[in-house]
Amino acid sequence: MSISNDRLFGIHDDALRLRSQRMSVLSSNLANADTPGYKARDLKFDDALREAAGVSKGLQLARTHAGHLSLSGSATSARELYRVPEQPSLDGNTVNTEAERVKFMENSVQYQSTLSFLNSRISSINTALKGE
Amino acid sequence: MSLFNVFDVSASAMSAQTVRLNTTASNLANVDSVATTPEDAYKARHPVFQAALNEAGGVGVRMGGIVESQAPAVARYEPGNPLANEEGYVFAPNVNTVEEMVNMLSASRSYQTNVEVMSTARDLAVRTLQLGQGQ
Repeated sequence: MSISNDRLFGIHDDALRLRSQRMSVLSSNLANADTPGYKARDLKFDDALREAAGVSKGLQLARTHAGHLSLSGSATSARELYRVPEQPSLDGNTVNTEAERVKFMENSVQYQSTLSFLNSRISSINTALKGE
Repeated sequence: MSLFNVFDVSASAMSAQTVRLNTTASNLANVDSVATTPEDAYKARHPVFQAALNEAGGVGVRMGGIVESQAPAVARYEPGNPLANEEGYVFAPNVNTVEEMVNMLSASRSYQTNVEVMSTARDLAVRTLQLGQGQ
């Protein structure tokens, strides 16, 4: 069995990167809770992860020529979408602080679970290498 | 790495909220600073927040400046006051105490939220650094 970085950690290294990116987006929302005109954003996590893992959903553009540009390498920031406002303020701000805090906490727990997946993977590889 | 970006974003929000607390403190401190003319009276100051995209993709808060309230100064009849004009009036600042108290509470809650965000990001960064240790 060949060991490459991709197979070693599976989807979890992409997941960790996207979780930390989502954390940055959610912290931006919380930071701008009092900024007039700021629109809350969020990362569409499942689509971003699917794209990072190379499995795309829906119709793809066929590349019939070497000169055609690939769409798969596009920046994941395109997955940052605006949230549908629940109760927008008069000043145009759409941040709902409580909802954002809940999402931030949820994301941090998911980040920790990804970390524990990675940790158990590392420990099983350690066991395999030591042969104890 | 986006986790470190969280520190920049939250720090910018915390410094913006500190400026807001500072202006609130000035406004409340000067609520009884009277003057002889309406022009000389202290005017309530409020900060203007703006969203600022940083190079790592996070959106921090930038201070767009501090504006003075345009509400009229409050005339009080105090003939005994040495600052009173010929008609016996002094002019008190246009500070709305209730509004300032609400501003203070809101600023302090926002500051707390950003401190919590920062501390969560720090915990997660430390755990990520410890990945694979203790095997």
